[in-house]
Amino acid sequence: MPLGIIFLGLYLLPTITSLYYSTQRWTLFDTTFVGLDNFIQFLQDPFLLNGVVNTFVYAFLTSGLKVTIGMFLGVLLMSNIKFRGLIRNIIFFPVLVSTIGIGITFQVLMKPDIGVLDGIVRLLGGPDVGILGSPATAIFGVILVDVWKGVGLATVIYLAGLSSIPQEYYEAAKVDGVTGWQNFRHIILPLLQPATNTVIILSLIGGLRSFDLIWAMTGGGPGFASDVLASLIYKQYQSGFFGLSTAGNVAMFVLILLLIVPLNKFLKSREVEV
Amino acid sequence: MRSTKNARWVWGSFALAVSVLVFVVPFAFIALNAAKTREEAQLFSFSWPQHFQAWDNLVAVFEANEFMILRAFTNSIALTVFSVTILVLFAAMASWIIERRGGVAAKLANGLVLIGLMIPPALVPTIFLLQALGIYGTFPSMVLVEIAFNTSFTIMIFRSFISTIPRELDEAAIIDGAGSLQLFFLIVFPLLRPILVTAIILNSVFVFNDFVNPLYFLPGEGTETVQVTLYNFSSQYLTDYNLLFMDILVITIPMVIMFAIFNKRIVAGMTAGAVKG
Repeated sequence: MPLGIIFLGLYLLPTITSLYYSTQRWTLFDTTFVGLDNFIQFLQDPFLLNGVVNTFVYAFLTSGLKVTIGMFLGVLLMSNIKFRGLIRNIIFFPVLVSTIGIGITFQVLMKPDIGVLDGIVRLLGGPDVGILGSPATAIFGVILVDVWKGVGLATVIYLAGLSSIPQEYYEAAKVDGVTGWQNFRHIILPLLQPATNTVIILSLIGGLRSFDLIWAMTGGGPGFASDVLASLIYKQYQSGFFGLSTAGNVAMFVLILLLIVPLNKFLKSREVEV
Repeated sequence: MRSTKNARWVWGSFALAVSVLVFVVPFAFIALNAAKTREEAQLFSFSWPQHFQAWDNLVAVFEANEFMILRAFTNSIALTVFSVTILVLFAAMASWIIERRGGVAAKLANGLVLIGLMIPPALVPTIFLLQALGIYGTFPSMVLVEIAFNTSFTIMIFRSFISTIPRELDEAAIIDGAGSLQLFFLIVFPLLRPILVTAIILNSVFVFNDFVNPLYFLPGEGTETVQVTLYNFSSQYLTDYNLLFMDILVITIPMVIMFAIFNKRIVAGMTAGAVKG
């Protein structure tokens, strides 16, 4: 049997991964053990609760929207409309562009009063929004941009999922006289579950860790209104509170673990065999 | 027949118009403002530039901070090429083993991969570790970090693909007397091509556009990546938005070239495996 590969694959890679994942966790527990007050201090940070809430709102909304819009676009692009390839490329394009660059651009587009987006809203007769300027809405502005940038990847995952559904299912359904909606509800939706799971898990994890976009668009502001865990952790690190920052990291991965593990189990249980 | 053909056009055009409006217009804004003077770009208006000076801005972007962008490009491209090459090669091998061999070791490795996928990397301890090894802030350590942080995702997409390749293939090769390395490079690797392309593209995008990790792991002068050059043009009080937008365009070019080359194969690779979990 392939001994050479076993050596390379099973020893070298876990060495690298364990170096960066396991060893870290060891050092991490060490740190929390020595300085437990770091942990308490982080938990007492008045902005932490807000950060946690924001993190969850961000993660759930972005992944929910990516699933819905991504699935819609996937189904749309699988139908035989014109310009499919072109539309797919257009939708995928933002995935390629630097997150920071996108963040800065939308920060400008969404500027209160002079921003283009506000201009459009005014033109349509709406009030001044200034979505990034107000503490209550800033996080939603960032969420919109995150979905805008990431939906292309979700769409591609759905396209892949759709094209792996055997054609016979549709034909059988057609023979049985199934309507378009029934077709979607009872054939496409269940068979797309693996793709949906991939999109949910990837965007949830991405959303829970997300940092670049928030950093570029609001820097966590106004005030600390749109801070998420990752940006709080970076702020602690930046100001030299390594212990605090690490404690924040622990808090973050406990949260993610508590959330993702049961969710993953649940999602896997809903997959059907093709 | 006629009406369905018309419907294809109508819906297609409609969808195209909407996607252009939503996805292309912001880039048009970037492009227009990248060609303006500093004062005009400051207005953030969606208008044709009064003084068209795209070339001057382009030159200014390159000259900023003593040609920092050239150094940054070298750094970013080298970082992307090295880490993605090593990552994809080793991840392919590891996934093959994990998928083909049962047993405790493979199960353990699989568990590690899942954990790695879910738990965000602990940044500060990693910095301490690298400092202890004496390589913190060096280029090779950044490559290692990118490899390590993207390993789980890459193994995940490889594994689901490999599970669709019939076992008989490698058994036949072994009977024919192929050694393990031969088996991998002559038989397995070519079979992995579709997913290889997907893995290369996605990882390149991640690494090239990565801002957070270089922020933590590559501080200091001379090691900047292209993402950092965006902050060349803004200070606390004044931002040269025209140059900033030009810079966004410039640093997107490598990814666009790569996308143009591999475009058709992205979905193909994913279809073959990635979404089968």
